Amino acid sequence: MNPPAPLPRRGAPWAVALVAALALWLIWMLAPLLPGWASDWPKAAIVPAARWIGATVKWLTNEAALGPVAFSDLTRAIAALIDAPYRIVLSALSTGFLDGRGSTARMILPPFAWVAVVGVFALLGHRFGGWRLALLQILCLGFVAVFGQWESAMVTLASILVAVPLGVAGGVLIGIAAWRRAWIDRAIAPVLDLMQTMPVFAYLVPILILFGFGPTAAVVATLIYAMPPMTRITTLALRRVAPEIQDLGRMVGCTERQMVWRVLVPAAREALMVGVNQVIMLSLNMVIIASMIGAGGLGFDVLAALRRLDFGAGLEAGFAIVALAIALDRLSQAAAHGPAAPGAGRSYTLAALALVIGAGVAGLMLPGVQSYPEALRLSTGAFWSDAMAWINVNYFDTLEAIKNAALVHLLVPVKRFMLGLPWLGVAVGLGLLGWRLGGARLGVLAGVLTALIAATGQWEKAMTTVYLCGVSTLVAMALGVPLGIAVAGREALWRPVRAVIDTLQTLPSFVYLMPAVMLFRVGDFTAMLAVVAYAVAPAIRYTVLGLQGVDPRLIEAGRAMGCTPAQILTRIRLRLAFPEILLGLNQTIMFALSMLVITALVGTRDLGQEVYIALTKADPGRGLVAGLAVAFIAIVADRLIQAGARGARARLGLGAGGGA
Amino acid sequence: MTQATPKLLCRDVWKVFGPRAAERLAALGPDPDAAALQAAGLVPAVRGATLAVGAGEIFVIMGLSGSGKSTLVRCMSRLVEPSAGEILFNGQNLLAASDAEMIEIRRHKMGMVFQHFALLPHLSVLENVAFPLAVQGVARGVREARAREMVALVGLSGREGAFPRELSGGQQQRVGIARSLAVEPELWFLDEPFSALDPLIRREMQDEFIRLQSVLKKTIVFITHDFDEAIRLADRIAIMKDGAIVQMGTPEEIVLRPATDYVREFTRAVPKAKVVRVGSIMIAGPAAADLPAVAAGAAVADVAPRFLDGATALRVVDAAGATVGLLRQVDVVRLMLGGEPG
Repeated sequence: MNPPAPLPRRGAPWAVALVAALALWLIWMLAPLLPGWASDWPKAAIVPAARWIGATVKWLTNEAALGPVAFSDLTRAIAALIDAPYRIVLSALSTGFLDGRGSTARMILPPFAWVAVVGVFALLGHRFGGWRLALLQILCLGFVAVFGQWESAMVTLASILVAVPLGVAGGVLIGIAAWRRAWIDRAIAPVLDLMQTMPVFAYLVPILILFGFGPTAAVVATLIYAMPPMTRITTLALRRVAPEIQDLGRMVGCTERQMVWRVLVPAAREALMVGVNQVIMLSLNMVIIASMIGAGGLGFDVLAALRRLDFGAGLEAGFAIVALAIALDRLSQAAAHGPAAPGAGRSYTLAALALVIGAGVAGLMLPGVQSYPEALRLSTGAFWSDAMAWINVNYFDTLEAIKNAALVHLLVPVKRFMLGLPWLGVAVGLGLLGWRLGGARLGVLAGVLTALIAATGQWEKAMTTVYLCGVSTLVAMALGVPLGIAVAGREALWRPVRAVIDTLQTLPSFVYLMPAVMLFRVGDFTAMLAVVAYAVAPAIRYTVLGLQGVDPRLIEAGRAMGCTPAQILTRIRLRLAFPEILLGLNQTIMFALSMLVITALVGTRDLGQEVYIALTKADPGRGLVAGLAVAFIAIVADRLIQAGARGARARLGLGAGGGA
Repeated sequence: MTQATPKLLCRDVWKVFGPRAAERLAALGPDPDAAALQAAGLVPAVRGATLAVGAGEIFVIMGLSGSGKSTLVRCMSRLVEPSAGEILFNGQNLLAASDAEMIEIRRHKMGMVFQHFALLPHLSVLENVAFPLAVQGVARGVREARAREMVALVGLSGREGAFPRELSGGQQQRVGIARSLAVEPELWFLDEPFSALDPLIRREMQDEFIRLQSVLKKTIVFITHDFDEAIRLADRIAIMKDGAIVQMGTPEEIVLRPATDYVREFTRAVPKAKVVRVGSIMIAGPAAADLPAVAAGAAVADVAPRFLDGATALRVVDAAGATVGLLRQVDVVRLMLGGEPG
């Protein structure tokens, strides 16, 4: 019905990239000629944002009040709301129900027997995915038990079981509000952007100050981290419900409430379950970081092991997180498609109840049923430590040579170049690029955010971040795109590769750090390796998705015209997949930035380190300002690439759909 | 067919899209042309539709995609808010009804069948059919009994516990039909109900629809892009193009006297003898009493075999048996060979 929108008049992608590169080089060459304030923001003019934020947090905790309700009362109320269910779940899974406190406590009821927990997961697996999934659940949880991680794993599971329902409920409610009212949608969009791009470390300190050290604070941090995707997915899923279904709801006379809860939400269930899966995976990803502010469990074990450089122990706890992640991931994915056989829900519930009570009673007589017997535990910690020692003894020189070569020929030159760029030139350059790709608004956004980073006195650290992120992204793309091209057309190859990257993405980011540190010790090269390992998955995935999305009729047409396979690849498939690959680049950058902050633990000198130092010094202002700078970098990169991808799609006539 | 007080009356209904559409449309005065609308930044979907649907009538709105037929039917139930015009249902102006009144009307007096079925994926067949009643707060026992009746009516007994994904397209649409009938609506909207089905299934569903209507006698607004389907089912047809109704009449009127070249294009492929009735091509007046008699209301194709006996003309009688005219062989042959009737 509507006439087709006129094509936006924008340059071809290659021309834009070429011009940008040329401009960057010019800026670098001209840097020495610019006045000093254009290269280094004058010290006297630095905005003391860190101090302001610090003072605000202090004011919030000590003085702020809404009428008779002090802000600290509010945080205490939230804490109580989270703490109550957490205590119950923790008692059921780990400590048992106690009477009294401390050493005088008497156990009234023991926690669920390990056999019962494994059994309940197996039952859930069977309900949603049949015997295969049940077996996988047994294997994953059995692994945790056999390697002596059971107690820690249950502590972790307890916080997940509290955080996930809260995150899902909050996300769905906010998402519905945003779906209903356009102004709410507009208002929360930038907040969600910040929540998703700000490194977690940055808001740990304010949370610590507001909620105190402990599992409650950890759950709050997890919620902030895991809720935004649920909110976005909810809004998107509701919008994507077929218009006919909405018409149906109105035709049968649904009230607004009936419309949402009886028509739209159930109709969008599969998409919403993707969000639930995301919340679970992000919560697990937070396990280690959250242990810095008091979440115990597996995360604490990994962190402690990392701190004392006990790789074996760290790896085992890390593997346990992975096992838990795989179990929960597959379970929630299967649940998205509903039960394997409809009905029969009641018999599963009864079976689970019988199992818990039966195992509990049996556990009173057979301790091996209640908790996994000590004698049957295995540990591979020593093996990993020995293997590491052996590699380091025998291949030290080789590893060192690789590392030095990379440093001398790649990392150091790029770093020197980036640090030589004046802030003014970069801000103007990015502003122009934004204007070219997406219009005046985007140009101003890119320019202003860049200038803000300089204005808060973080230019050098920010450029270090950009350099590490940039190099890692380039390496990840250089590995991921060709690999994606190689496997895209071959289902037999793509299936195992997909299984591997799916699993890689369920790993908490800390796990990537360990092998890199073991082999190459601390430094930029180690950080780069960890970042590349973490960020290569989206590069592969989006390349494959883009190539698979190319209309097969076009490929057929190409073949009919006598194109060679190479011509079909370069002239048809890659051209049409280009927008999708751009989105892959975008995701790769986002992954790289989020991993980069964690690599502060291995001694980088960038914004991540700044955030980490602020964490150890409990300085909320410093951490948040550096965190915001990381978020700004992410937002500028994201907006520019998205605009580029949109332009490319429009030129190819592919419509606006697809992509994240 | 149209009675003195039509069940549903649309008077000069407009739907235009654009910023402050209703206001700007009103400023353009009555019946603005396409250029004026475009100059005002408005995109028209329905332009000045006026039609009346009588009780128990099957009224088909036929048009190609983008002709505005789906928008018009949604204006009738106010799923889409018209920009201008009047819609009277049982004499009540729907555009003046409050939201609460509209909910009541939709709950009890209207039913709708959708092109892509619009079944709720998480509910079983029975629950889907009972859904409109559940929304009204009808007790489970009552609504399920009613739903069971409806499922039986559309011939799906035994599949009550199945989920939509387990059914074929035809079966899914049977569920959609049962659901739309569960509240015993007075006005039944069908929005391209058979367009998403295979041709053979479509035919079968049309027969099923004719059977249902012979039992139910609902007032029906039926949307289709298929001219043959319109001819087959309609008491009256409105043909839409670019948002406006270009011709309205019985199938026979449209086939015999297409108002525009656009309509003529559709009628070209229709076997006219199946649509046109004997009374329309007879020569009115007396006829020899010894000629074989045929009914004036019969389709020409059905009486044509009578000429095989060697007769060159037939005597046409009305429902009471009185002679009303003469049907000549040449006229029948001309009609069947596709020429315009003389």
